[in-house]
Amino acid sequence: MESTLDIFVKAIFSENMIFAYFLGMCSYLAVSKTVKTGVGLGAAVIFVLGITVPINYLLENYVLKEGALEWLNEAYGKGGEKTIDLSFLSFIMFIAVIASMVQLVEMLVEKFAPALYGALGIFLPLIAVNCSILGGALFMQDRQYSTILDATAFGIGSGIGWFLAIVAIAAIREKIRYSNVPPALRGLGITFIITGLMGIAFMSFMGIKYGGDKKEKAEVVKTSQVINDQIQE
Amino acid sequence: MSDNAENVKAPKESLFSKKNKKLITEPLGDNNPITIQVLGICSALAITVQVEQAFWMSVSVIFVMIFGNLIISLLRNLIPSRVRIIVQLVVVASLVIIVNELLQAFVPDVSEKLSVFVGLIITNCIIMGRFEAFAMSNKPFPSILDAIGNALGYAWILIVVALVREVFGSGKIWGYEIFGSNIPDEATGKMTGLYELGYVNNNMMILPPMALIVVGVIIWVQRSRNKELVEEH
Repeated sequence: MESTLDIFVKAIFSENMIFAYFLGMCSYLAVSKTVKTGVGLGAAVIFVLGITVPINYLLENYVLKEGALEWLNEAYGKGGEKTIDLSFLSFIMFIAVIASMVQLVEMLVEKFAPALYGALGIFLPLIAVNCSILGGALFMQDRQYSTILDATAFGIGSGIGWFLAIVAIAAIREKIRYSNVPPALRGLGITFIITGLMGIAFMSFMGIKYGGDKKEKAEVVKTSQVINDQIQE
Repeated sequence: MSDNAENVKAPKESLFSKKNKKLITEPLGDNNPITIQVLGICSALAITVQVEQAFWMSVSVIFVMIFGNLIISLLRNLIPSRVRIIVQLVVVASLVIIVNELLQAFVPDVSEKLSVFVGLIITNCIIMGRFEAFAMSNKPFPSILDAIGNALGYAWILIVVALVREVFGSGKIWGYEIFGSNIPDEATGKMTGLYELGYVNNNMMILPPMALIVVGVIIWVQRSRNKELVEEH
């Protein structure tokens, strides 16, 4: 089994939202002109992912999944008489949770942390339609994390990965203004190519060994034992 | 009665006037949603490893866009502007649920490969972008044309990128080997076609970052041909 820390590190580096799945590219390209705005949007993404992924995890496991309504009545559980599978509703539920959470968070932040609101303010409404947030919820559903802690670690980790990506590209874009880029590549074109190159660099993190890899090692030992046994026979 | 009503509603301009044709042709070239407006990249690039996936993704987006634009355009005078984002999200989410169920029913293996990316059509910026920019302020028929134009503009980029990646990455088009087989024949122990002469697939093309670089190159070509599109850094 993967430990929570594995999930966290994996979400930041080897399964980075931007470089491995291209999620949230629209705002990533539009808001990465300066480091300051990049930091603002990145922080807002960490914040919202950290809140919505656990909420959607609870929703998935106690309402939507096949047999998840067991806590209401045993007949609704998996293998019960009237099993209920609401998973086809997950898209609409997730997006509703995200849109309303974003609205709620915006109001709370405005009321209780005006300074933070000043920094995040304009970016919060943008986030409802940021693919990385819905992507976080859908990946959480796809990978079926076993505890809410794992799901939260995944959410915050993906947020941090997104933050790193946008801050890095914003810093590069600030500097690239002084270079002589071919006219037709200026702006969007070069940003795409740089993101691609950064993605190649980030792929090196795929070589990290996580705790979950131990299982594969055990299997390797097993096959070698089988071969040894055969030789002895 | 119905005849009269139709006569009253008869459009003043012909169905395919110059203006309406422009709605379709512009997004294919100089106002392309991906390369010029920078919308809809989020969920697009990750599924361009094979032409088949890209094709089904494009079909799904065309379907969602046409009906979404139509519905939003019909509802445009009823939606209060404060909650319009949520209304739009609900409309898209319901359409995407339909698409997802259809894909699972008729092309299950493709649906499995697309996994979370079908769900991510909901937050595809191209759809929200067209709702905001066009359907909210135009009549149903032009909205449908606008949807077709933009969805096709999105589709051709997706399919071209997928074609490049599949041909150079795995030597196939739509799963058919075009350069011969690179798996040695059991009887002769030889590879066939180009592979026998020493040709090797570029595995780099299959990795996610190359999608960005291919799109970057498309943008480069497009902007070198039309100098008006060149950005000032």
